[in-house]
Amino acid sequence: MASITQKEVEHVAQLARLDLSEAEKPLFADQLNHILSYVDQLQGVSTEGVPPTASDAHEEQVFREDSPRECLSVEKALANAPESHNGFFVVPNILGK
Amino acid sequence: MSLFKLTLKELQGKFTAGEISAVDIARSYSLRLSQVEPKIKAYITLTPKETLLQQAKVIDDGLKAWRKTQPLMGMPLGIKDNICTEGIRTTCGSRMLENFVPPYDATVMGRLRNHQPLILGKTNLDEFAMGSSTEHSAFGPSRNPWNQKFIPGGSSGGSAAAVAADECVAALGSDTGGSIRQPAACCGVVGLKPTYGRVSRFGLVAFASSLDQIGPITKTVTDAAILLNAIAGFDPMDSTSANRDLPDFTKAVKKKDIKKLIIGVPREYFSEGLDTEVFEKVQDAIQVLQELGGTIREVTLPSTERAIATYYLIATAEASSNLARYDGVRFGFRAKESRELAEMYRSTRSQGFGPEVKRRIMLGTYALSAGYYEAYYGKAQAVRTLIQQEFDAVLQEVDLLVSPVMPTPAFQLGERLDDPLQMYLSDIYTIPASLSGLPAISVPCGLSKMGLPIGLQLMGRPFEEAMVLRAAYAYEQATDWRMKRPVIRS
Repeated sequence: MASITQKEVEHVAQLARLDLSEAEKPLFADQLNHILSYVDQLQGVSTEGVPPTASDAHEEQVFREDSPRECLSVEKALANAPESHNGFFVVPNILGK
Repeated sequence: MSLFKLTLKELQGKFTAGEISAVDIARSYSLRLSQVEPKIKAYITLTPKETLLQQAKVIDDGLKAWRKTQPLMGMPLGIKDNICTEGIRTTCGSRMLENFVPPYDATVMGRLRNHQPLILGKTNLDEFAMGSSTEHSAFGPSRNPWNQKFIPGGSSGGSAAAVAADECVAALGSDTGGSIRQPAACCGVVGLKPTYGRVSRFGLVAFASSLDQIGPITKTVTDAAILLNAIAGFDPMDSTSANRDLPDFTKAVKKKDIKKLIIGVPREYFSEGLDTEVFEKVQDAIQVLQELGGTIREVTLPSTERAIATYYLIATAEASSNLARYDGVRFGFRAKESRELAEMYRSTRSQGFGPEVKRRIMLGTYALSAGYYEAYYGKAQAVRTLIQQEFDAVLQEVDLLVSPVMPTPAFQLGERLDDPLQMYLSDIYTIPASLSGLPAISVPCGLSKMGLPIGLQLMGRPFEEAMVLRAAYAYEQATDWRMKRPVIRS
């Protein structure tokens, strides 16, 4: 069924926020096609009326009380930030100049 | 006898009896690490020797004359480097997190620290646990202690290699599609993937959240039970954590027979693609299980052949979502010299992720994208249900399932690196239990003619780790594979 073109690879990379090099584009197209032609075997499996399984939790999902408790200090939360200033994360311009 | 050769249970015995101190243990392992680690490369980050000796001294000084200790006190452990350790960098085998120092401990780490163990370091893995060989680690591959030209398996290859090479007495790994069991098989040690929900994943860096599970990698089945006791149990910080009675797993490893247990042999796990030597060793093991009192019954799990396709759609879809967080804003790597935000995201992710991670993000994004969601992700979720239903039905007839762990012994470094699909196919026997959330163990069941270990897999019903451990223990005690140790040549 599937055959992913280089153009689609570029589109998917864009969705995933990845820049692919000129060498990576045909390589990924090729490898993804190889993998997709393998996973296409699922199209032959009859799953009519079969509910999807999203998780293997053998339990009901549990929720904890939504109550205030200790959390990370600002210093700790920022300790791994590539750039921070006055208790904030610093990022480049959101809108290009 | 050198301390580093002992099992966890043996080392614990000597420590508790006061025959040895924590400092003795720290010294012995420091020496071992200095000799062996340059060859095996099991660790990404090692605890400095001085820090280790200092911690050992604190443990010794705190002990009263009567040594009533926690089971893991003073025990030298390795921790897979995707489990957050407060104050110790946690890289996930990725440039993206090369300098990431977690501000908190994973729940399992907190539980271990309550025992005051000696944490020797953080072990190598395929980047973000995506791989079967550790070759996808940004810090280079680990080596198989039995033959350094071969892979140690993956993704928890560093943990398995460290245990096999006596570079720690026991280790934690994580398993998404076989990442505990497969490296354990490759390195001739014991690896247990507990039931999904048995061990908290809070603080485990997420790969595929509906599959990820933390578990022990050890020298013996008894050691796996000891370590599982320390890490298992309900955690309010993980919404998928199961609030269930917690048995003492060490009680499961007492009996040396498996009388009254019915063991299923799934036909599909012994078909085309299975290496002859692996087939023979597993058949021998099934014979032993029968001699131990087990009733052997052939069963069928027809959807097994769909498991890899199902897994690689579900796991990559979840990964593409989970790894969206690596954007260079709050933690981790950030690409330099981006003029605007969107460019910064793309540059950061393109430079920070390695090829396998990118490939899986691409596949997962594609499987979730408009127009393909139902055909790929939706379909895979439905087939997952079929796989689960088959297990549920078969496990009503039999108590356990037995199979190989991997179709072949360990392969050579570099052998499958250029063929992603071939690499994925090595997970065919471990993925189904992951998709169904079942507990499963790998125990050594022989060596190939080339001298590489072969693993036996036992799978059980959800939350019946005790039964899995019981059968694995009986098998281990009836054979002497655990006595065989690799000789690490220079």
